[in-house]
Amino acid sequence: MAVCIAVVAKENYPLYIRSVPSENELKFHYTVHTSLDVVEEKVSAVGKVLVDQRELYLGLLYPTEDYKVYGYVTNSKVKFVIVVESSNTSLRDNEIRSMFRKLHNSFTDVMCNPFYNPGDLIQSKAFDSVVSSMMVQAC
Amino acid sequence: MADEALFQFLHNELIQYVYKSAEQGEMENGRCITKLENMGFRVGQGLIERFTKDTPRFKDELDVMKFICKDFWTSVFKKQIDNLRTNHQGIYVLQDNKFRLLTQLSAGKQYLEHAPKYLAFTCGLVRGGLSNLGVKSIVTAEVSVMPACEWSFVRMQGLV
Repeated sequence: MAVCIAVVAKENYPLYIRSVPSENELKFHYTVHTSLDVVEEKVSAVGKVLVDQRELYLGLLYPTEDYKVYGYVTNSKVKFVIVVESSNTSLRDNEIRSMFRKLHNSFTDVMCNPFYNPGDLIQSKAFDSVVSSMMVQAC
Repeated sequence: MADEALFQFLHNELIQYVYKSAEQGEMENGRCITKLENMGFRVGQGLIERFTKDTPRFKDELDVMKFICKDFWTSVFKKQIDNLRTNHQGIYVLQDNKFRLLTQLSAGKQYLEHAPKYLAFTCGLVRGGLSNLGVKSIVTAEVSVMPACEWSFVRMQGLV
């Protein structure tokens, strides 16, 4: 269960960002922003780990003492960032991958919506519900 | 295949509609082509998102071009591009010897002056797909003998 989910456009501005409301939201915004640097680094890594080069899933970007940040980049250079709590050790890599897959599918649907202009903030209810199903249930 | 014919009919009607509404609204001729191209652009953006959902990341521009020639063209027009040439400096020329949207028009030089209308949408389609993949370009098409046609992409430098 994620604590914060963000979708960042090609030009590195957020298209969609949602976090568990009980915490200080600004902290999550800042974490997502700093993780963009790590994403860029991984994407432009030339000749390093060849295995990762062709994959869309970027894996664990960096762990802080409270949170772990995972990244995923699409072929159209849109980045998805998921922040989970470090204490939540039951989340395996496969589950994170499947969360990203669901996000990507939902994002593709939003993109194909003729009423959505690429580059606008995402306001689709369907996308919202997919994200809610992945977030920690706040009381 | 039935689904191929559906798109062709829709495409032809689309062009007729744009031109007819232009006559009534007294728009200039050039604007119709722009309108068709912009429609193609938006469709291209959405299509590319769907097609590249499961493919691995592209290494460089040539990879992107190869994807367009093979997978993209096959998914949209049910055949591959016949010939791809490049000067390795941002100009690519694709040749399709039997372009699906033109085969029903004629098999030679008849109706050559109407061909541009039928190519505008596809120009926009490719331009939209490329721009979503991070390649800003200008796409133009040339027809000398139907149904063969040539598409040129010129990559625009220095624009993010």
